[in-house]
Amino acid sequence: MSDTVKFHFDVDGSDFSSAGEASVTVKKKLRQLGYPPEVIRRVSIAMYEGEINMVIHANGGTADVEASDDEIVIILSDKGPGIPNVELAMQAGYSTAKDHIRNLGFGAGMGFPNMKKYTDEMRIDTVVGQGTTITMKVRF
Amino acid sequence: MTVNALCDLLDAKVLCGETDKPFLGVYAGDFLSRAMSRVEYDCIWVTIMANVNVVAVATLTEPAAIVLAEDVVLQEDALKAAQENGLTVLSSPLSAYEICVAISQLTEESGE
Repeated sequence: MSDTVKFHFDVDGSDFSSAGEASVTVKKKLRQLGYPPEVIRRVSIAMYEGEINMVIHANGGTADVEASDDEIVIILSDKGPGIPNVELAMQAGYSTAKDHIRNLGFGAGMGFPNMKKYTDEMRIDTVVGQGTTITMKVRF
Repeated sequence: MTVNALCDLLDAKVLCGETDKPFLGVYAGDFLSRAMSRVEYDCIWVTIMANVNVVAVATLTEPAAIVLAEDVVLQEDALKAAQENGLTVLSSPLSAYEICVAISQLTEESGE
């Protein structure tokens, strides 16, 4: 684990047009580092969903990625409203996104299900009124 | 089958990117989270969404080309982002259904 590479991003919550930039940057870096395409795909999907969630629901936050020899850890942290019912939020098709967000193509209610599906571990720490931290691990 | 062949087949304009490349398979859909997990590397993604978020999803999933249905064209900032990320984007007057049917027929005829 001596060669862990770390990335940190501040995710801007005010700008939908830049949403996904951190995920795209991580993807390009992981490719440069020579990670397998399937691993990069899983990380890209999981991180993009989380990044978008922070922009839609929490006015942005931070994204940290740690890439090592056998796993990639993604930590997304925000000071948003928190998630009142995590079980409900995990259900495929459930979304609280407003109409103007749906018009952009978001709000399918597949964000959390995708994050769970494409990672080996997903942990949600959330406090209503204080924020949410999501930790995901992709192993290989 | 190459993306080039689609331009004639779908009466499509090339908005940006290389078309001299093969593709495998098609996904049609507009919800980004659905597309995120279903658009495979080197496939064709048919959609009517044309904003920068589509470009972000395509940059992550790397389809051979995005085909915009019903004469939709990329918004200006999306076109710029697509060019920067080396994406291929076509615009066709056909509906998403007609695009899928046309590609399916061509695929069958060519035995691919």
